Amino acid sequence: MEDTTGTDRGSATVQVSRLFQGYGRTMVLRDVDFEMQGGEILALIGPSGSGKTTLISTIMGMMPPKSGSVHVLGVRMPNREQLGNIGFMAQTDALYTNLSGMENLKFFASLQNVDKRRFAESAMHAAKIVHLENALNRRVAGYSGGMKRRLSLAIALIGDPEILILDEPTVGIDPELRREIWSELHRIADQGHTIMLTTHVMADAAQADTLLMIRQGEAIAKGSPEEVKEQYRATSIEDAFVQAGRDQDAHLGND
Amino acid sequence: MRTWAMTRRVLTELLRDKRTLALMFAAPLLILTLMYFLFQGANNTNADLAVRSVDADLVSAMQIDGMHIHDVTASKGSDADGGTARQVIRDQDYDGYLEQSGDSLTLTLAGTDQTKSGLILQSLKSAQTTLSAKAASATIASQAASLKQLEQKVTELSAQLLALNAGKQTASSSQSASPSTSSSGQQSQRNPSTTVTVTYLYGDADSTFFDTLVPIMMGFVIFFFVFLISGIALLHERTTGTLARLLATPIRRREIVNGYLFGYGIVAIIQTVVVVSYTLLVFKTEILGSLWTVMLINLMVAACALTLGLLISTFARTEFQMMQFIPIIVIPQIFFSGIISVDSMPRWLQAVAHAMPLFWGSHAMSDVVEKGAGLSQIAPDLGVLAAFIVVFLVLNVLVMRKYRRV
Repeated sequence: MEDTTGTDRGSATVQVSRLFQGYGRTMVLRDVDFEMQGGEILALIGPSGSGKTTLISTIMGMMPPKSGSVHVLGVRMPNREQLGNIGFMAQTDALYTNLSGMENLKFFASLQNVDKRRFAESAMHAAKIVHLENALNRRVAGYSGGMKRRLSLAIALIGDPEILILDEPTVGIDPELRREIWSELHRIADQGHTIMLTTHVMADAAQADTLLMIRQGEAIAKGSPEEVKEQYRATSIEDAFVQAGRDQDAHLGND
Repeated sequence: MRTWAMTRRVLTELLRDKRTLALMFAAPLLILTLMYFLFQGANNTNADLAVRSVDADLVSAMQIDGMHIHDVTASKGSDADGGTARQVIRDQDYDGYLEQSGDSLTLTLAGTDQTKSGLILQSLKSAQTTLSAKAASATIASQAASLKQLEQKVTELSAQLLALNAGKQTASSSQSASPSTSSSGQQSQRNPSTTVTVTYLYGDADSTFFDTLVPIMMGFVIFFFVFLISGIALLHERTTGTLARLLATPIRRREIVNGYLFGYGIVAIIQTVVVVSYTLLVFKTEILGSLWTVMLINLMVAACALTLGLLISTFARTEFQMMQFIPIIVIPQIFFSGIISVDSMPRWLQAVAHAMPLFWGSHAMSDVVEKGAGLSQIAPDLGVLAAFIVVFLVLNVLVMRKYRRV
């Protein structure tokens, strides 16, 4: 059953097919099916509790799918080694507050198999993107919430991974820095890397190449921001999102 | 490589936490010092005993170290139901009351302090032993004397016989006088000694309960602090989400556990060096076995404490809940670590003891410190400790499946 659709997967960096996922008896994701190409930025939008984080942890292989499959760079997940190709930023800042910013970067870089010779350059580059280069020698315990968020992003960026998975990367980040981060994300994508992020901010969603709307565990809409707006005859992504939700409810009511 | 990164991070974090560091190194020394002073004094038990109409020989035989005997024969009369005994013990705050009527002795003990009651009983028993030994020796002496007399008569008779046979009859009276003097000289030599000579296979007369405690406590303090601090450290990783974040990298689950193992292993080595040098320099404790063996045992005890601490932290959601495991996991181990002799426990309790890692650690440690046991003699203990470590390690790795399945 492996690789029957090998030709299809050749170009896809992330492929999720017919995914069902849940905890115990409760199903969190139902029949989610999509794929991403190199150079694509996909924004995952949906209300809290809709299953965004579960989808991310399934893609990363933290939990094996109940049914269906997930492939990252052609390798079926869960796969431990493949995590080295994924730069991950969690929803909550998981940082060692007793260590300095630099020590945090160094520690995660060594777990992520980042080449030692490339580390210094890579760390500086990542720190510059998030404007933390002057705070790297301070203990994280003294960082503000936004600084911690930025350090988490820098950790995800270090080592220039093939895939970036960012769970709410722009929370607590000021508009100016957010703009800079977005231009950096576009630059990274232009180099052929794949970026997947979750967000509640529609301005962020508008920056993505593709939107994937998830509601009550189902992917209810997918396409470029323009396509999605057109599909629901809405003027904004927000309106399209609300309309998509109504359609889903109506559909469920008919069942 | 990733294990080493983990180890370095664990150590760096610990070094930055000055209070925890102080706790790990200063607290064991504080506990040991307190115990040193507390158990030095344990040898100087005193007991006050009132005696009434007790045989003077018995009273003088009961005068051993720490016994203070007060003769109350002169004070007002006794009654059979023990009312006076109560009265005297209460009024004078004595620890016991001994009364003799005829051949029978009645001892009433206050019974509030077991060591004092023990001392009185011990002095009474030893006095009785001394007296009966004296009586026995007197009997033996008299028997020996009569034997001598018989022997002497035989010699006399045979001499007379010889004299008769020889047909000469001189000096028969002088012969009878000399053996009797020599027999009285022998009699005093034969009198068996009532003093006992004690020799020690291990330790000496100055050994206190503290000397027994040192090896046990060395293992225990290391077990306790490594268990608590490593458990809380991993719990902290769990609650702050860094453990889940770690597992989002290609690290192996066992590399995480090993990182902790090596990090706290290094801490345990330093802790052992500090504790051992302190007991050697300050308490002048003698370690008969090799210091390297002591180090090895402590390292194994630390590994056991660490893997158990990490495992137990899975069942705690907060630091406070982690503390709740101390009376369940740690305190029972003290009881079975040799402070109370395990051999004298009922069979089922002995079985419980053998399920405690610290029992094996303390057993090995006591053998090395007090009896100079070598590595081969404590190999079984170390083997059991190693088995505990392996089991806990495997369980830890399995428990982490909750976060990542591969």
